[in-house]
Amino acid sequence: MLQSELNKIRDEILSISGVNPRKCMCCGKCSGTCPSYDEMEYHPHEFVHMVETGDIAPLLNTKSIYKCLSCFACIERCPRQVEPAKLVEAVRMVVERQRGPQHLEAENIPEQLDSDMPQQAVVSAFRKYRK
Amino acid sequence: MNDVKHITYSYFPGCTLRNKALDLDRYARASAEALGFTLEEIPDWQCCGGTYPLAKDEIATKLSSVRALASARDAKQELVTICSACHNVIKQVNNDMRTDENVVLKVNNYLREDGISYNGETKVLHYLEVLRDVVGWDNVKAKVTHPLTGKKIGAYYGCLLLRPGKVMRMDDPENPKILEDFITAIGATLVAYSQRNECCGAYTVFEDRNIPAQRSRKILADAEEHGADMLVTACPLCRYNLIKNKGGSRLDILYFTELLAEALDVKDKVTAVMEAAYAAK
Amino acid sequence: MQRIGVFVCHCGTNIAGTVDVKAVAETLGKENGVVYATDYTYMCSASGQQLISDAIKEKNLTGVVVCSCSPRMHENTFRKCAERSGINPYMLEIANIREQDSWICRDMPTATEKAIALGKAAIAKVTLNAPLTAGETPVTKRALVIGGGIAGIQTALDIAEAGFPVDIVESKPTIGGKMAQLDKTFPTLDCAACILTPRMVECGQNENIRILSYSEVAQVKGFVGNFTVTIKRKARYVDEAKCTGCGECTGKCPQKNVPNEFNMGLDNRRAIYIPFAQAVPKVATIDPNYCMKLREGKCGVCSMVCQAKAIDYNAKDTFLEEKYGAVIVATGYNPIDLSKFDEFAYSQSKDVVSSLEFERLMNAAGPTGGTLLRPSDGKPPKTIVFVQCVGSRCSADAEKGHEYCSKICCMYTAKHAILTRDHYPDTECYVFYIDVRTPGKNFDEFYRRAVEQYGVHYIKGMVGKVTPQADGTLDVQGSDLIMDKQVHIQADMVVLAASIEADKSARPLATMLTASMDTNDFFTEAHPKLRPVESPTAGVYLSGCCQGPKDIPETVAQASAAASKVIGLLVKDKLKNNPCVAEPNEDMCNGCSQCENVCPYGAITYIEKDFRGPNRTTVTRRVAQVNPAVCQGCGACTVTCPSGAMDLKGFTNKEIMAEVDAICR
Repeated sequence: MLQSELNKIRDEILSISGVNPRKCMCCGKCSGTCPSYDEMEYHPHEFVHMVETGDIAPLLNTKSIYKCLSCFACIERCPRQVEPAKLVEAVRMVVERQRGPQHLEAENIPEQLDSDMPQQAVVSAFRKYRK
Repeated sequence: MNDVKHITYSYFPGCTLRNKALDLDRYARASAEALGFTLEEIPDWQCCGGTYPLAKDEIATKLSSVRALASARDAKQELVTICSACHNVIKQVNNDMRTDENVVLKVNNYLREDGISYNGETKVLHYLEVLRDVVGWDNVKAKVTHPLTGKKIGAYYGCLLLRPGKVMRMDDPENPKILEDFITAIGATLVAYSQRNECCGAYTVFEDRNIPAQRSRKILADAEEHGADMLVTACPLCRYNLIKNKGGSRLDILYFTELLAEALDVKDKVTAVMEAAYAAK
Repeated sequence: MQRIGVFVCHCGTNIAGTVDVKAVAETLGKENGVVYATDYTYMCSASGQQLISDAIKEKNLTGVVVCSCSPRMHENTFRKCAERSGINPYMLEIANIREQDSWICRDMPTATEKAIALGKAAIAKVTLNAPLTAGETPVTKRALVIGGGIAGIQTALDIAEAGFPVDIVESKPTIGGKMAQLDKTFPTLDCAACILTPRMVECGQNENIRILSYSEVAQVKGFVGNFTVTIKRKARYVDEAKCTGCGECTGKCPQKNVPNEFNMGLDNRRAIYIPFAQAVPKVATIDPNYCMKLREGKCGVCSMVCQAKAIDYNAKDTFLEEKYGAVIVATGYNPIDLSKFDEFAYSQSKDVVSSLEFERLMNAAGPTGGTLLRPSDGKPPKTIVFVQCVGSRCSADAEKGHEYCSKICCMYTAKHAILTRDHYPDTECYVFYIDVRTPGKNFDEFYRRAVEQYGVHYIKGMVGKVTPQADGTLDVQGSDLIMDKQVHIQADMVVLAASIEADKSARPLATMLTASMDTNDFFTEAHPKLRPVESPTAGVYLSGCCQGPKDIPETVAQASAAASKVIGLLVKDKLKNNPCVAEPNEDMCNGCSQCENVCPYGAITYIEKDFRGPNRTTVTRRVAQVNPAVCQGCGACTVTCPSGAMDLKGFTNKEIMAEVDAICR
């Protein structure tokens, strides 16, 4: 992708997340507390840093955006209130909106269900992975 | 210790409490009656969506919450919910309707057709907040006839009851007391452990089953090592993840409302209460 | 009829680059009352001032207008020049054609037009100016130091050395402050008590220093050179004059369950206690919250064993009123309350401690006698994790913690790690840091020793969560940003570098002194760069951490600096006041008290005064009185006064209106 296109996407990410990455003091507490750290290729602190520097192409292509649990731990514990989870969600939304919701297909759900699975799980997954 | 003036709350059960998490709902209602308040189900409520949409331009996904909030306001009642996820979504949407001009404008534009306009007037409470702030733990304790003496119970808060602390304002997110005080109030022995407010893995059960497996095992191991026999929770998805990934753990995972109903000895009244609730609809 | 001289400065090209200074001088020269007008490159220079001086003498000038930079820069300079040349210094006005004109206007025509307008206003004002004489007030040659830590001690010693009497008011039973609780000090690793206690003893023995321990400031009245302070001496229940500090009572007291503040609550003391062995004064104190005799009327053992008969259960708080010329604030700091940062499990495990608690655990006079042991089971820790910046560098919207960096933590953590590795070479130390800040002399070398000589592991990253395990260890989960990993360290002890904040007594004290503070409750200095040890409130000086976080070398430097300023004040017999003070017209004053209510300095009082009434009667009326020594000339009373009776000398209503008229013309 052209850098100019990437810059536009970066602007969109910043606008829909409402995050100011410059508040970050590079302490790493968000990644230090992230429960999904080991599942992710790019971690919360990297999302913040890479969005700020404009190096977003890797973020748009990584599976890490689906590993975020929306647990709000990074939002709660960041001493500078940068809110990295909002950036992760914004990247995910930009990806989903561009190429259409492909990550979770309704057809694939029934085989993953069991009799105890709460509706809450399906609804949440749809909202996170198909918007 | 007098009875609190009988209060009726607008009650938002959420989709799961009507289906896979019936126990969480039924026991809550029966216990409420015993403690002197009523949960009046909001008519025509819609699913909250399970998770709060973090993007600033998300509007449609917030509407179901706003409709519920407006309904509570019109009934001149506060809104009570029990499911951790609904609690988190509705409180955060309510906060947007109080602080984000852009959201307020667009949401109210959307809802104008339904004749609804809402500006954050309603107060949202979790059932546990009603117990703590309205009924009071002393009153709860006084009404307990079958204390769970000797049971070693740990609280499992998960993420959505407590965080983000600035919006939920339910308790100290890092050192919460509300479920702990609940456990003591119903006569059980409290077991404290640090992983009580760490994530169970949530919806990633659809992404990679290993994630909730690892997360849940860590939580269960910590609770068990500290001596718990049982965990109580308010979230159907947390309960599901913890039970599914129990492995060899001896821990039972129960809804807090079931223990409450047991302590208040109203478990057998549940059927009657539910019939009355359905009849009212 | 005034004879006014106008002097327009070029200020190099600062003014002349944008303002046509020659045109300004020429135009202003034609104004009513102006008999001389000229321009020059640098009016404030020796030759520029000579120009003014010569003109005053040769042209018999009665008033001077200087069109130049801001009066904040050189009003004093030109006033002195005028005085030397024989005219009253208050017959001089400055027209600010630099900050208010040449620095903001973009083109010469506009700038010149404005300069002329400003010049005309100044001329109009000086035409109406009356000569003013500064008054004098005496100076009480005694200083009050509030706070008996190293800052207060150093300031007191320096002032005493200059021959002036000093009182130290300290709220605890002993002086010494936080430094007395430290084990060793960076970067020299001096024993804190060893270097502090000689100074404490000197304070106790110096004939110019009086220590008022277990006391607090209750009220402050007055102004620079003439403060009247009421000091509350809390009831000790022990007669300071009789007690020998033998300690018999503390050994026999049956109440053993009082948390010991000196050891940060890690062990207990008795209800009657001496805070530590080197306390000054070495006098016992009874804690009324725990003493069984005072609370229930039982016991009384201490008075039975006291050979000096010093115990007095009937003691009461007493109040002492004293006069001082200068007040020095040295109230110090406290570590932040860690309960809001429980992701680090501070409230969940005894082995998660604050940095000051760790200091006590290392100290020979501490709860474990100097052996580093875990508070939970008394075993020695084999792995210690240090977490930096807890409660510091937090953004304002985090709603917890402070925005500022606490300055001392990077150094004291390196110190803790070095001492641990030195005493216990088998113990591993990890430091999770965001930055390592070591700006002082020999500081960075000290930190390098920790890494290179002592093998302390520094990890760039932050701890996210501490989970106490059932086996008594602590699982520390944090990020290692250089290795891009989330690491888990099984630690035996976690030390949190807690942010430091101003003492709780600081804000009420600031109100009493009408001294300004910032939003962090640190006292504000008169100028952040050039006047760091004085408060903007005249007569109040700042020493130590009450002004902002700092380490011991800086504290001692600042303490001595504050002392030197105080000595500069106390050597004077008289102080010159600002003559531009408020003055009420008693004939117009209706006694409404509005001015008294708005005066921030308490300079206005009301008196009953007799006036001549009609038909040879005497009428008694209530009128305002301004104390010219206290009045700072802020003008709040003049605008509040409904009858226009209150006016400001040097800035009278008429003068201000004349300036406005001149500009509008």
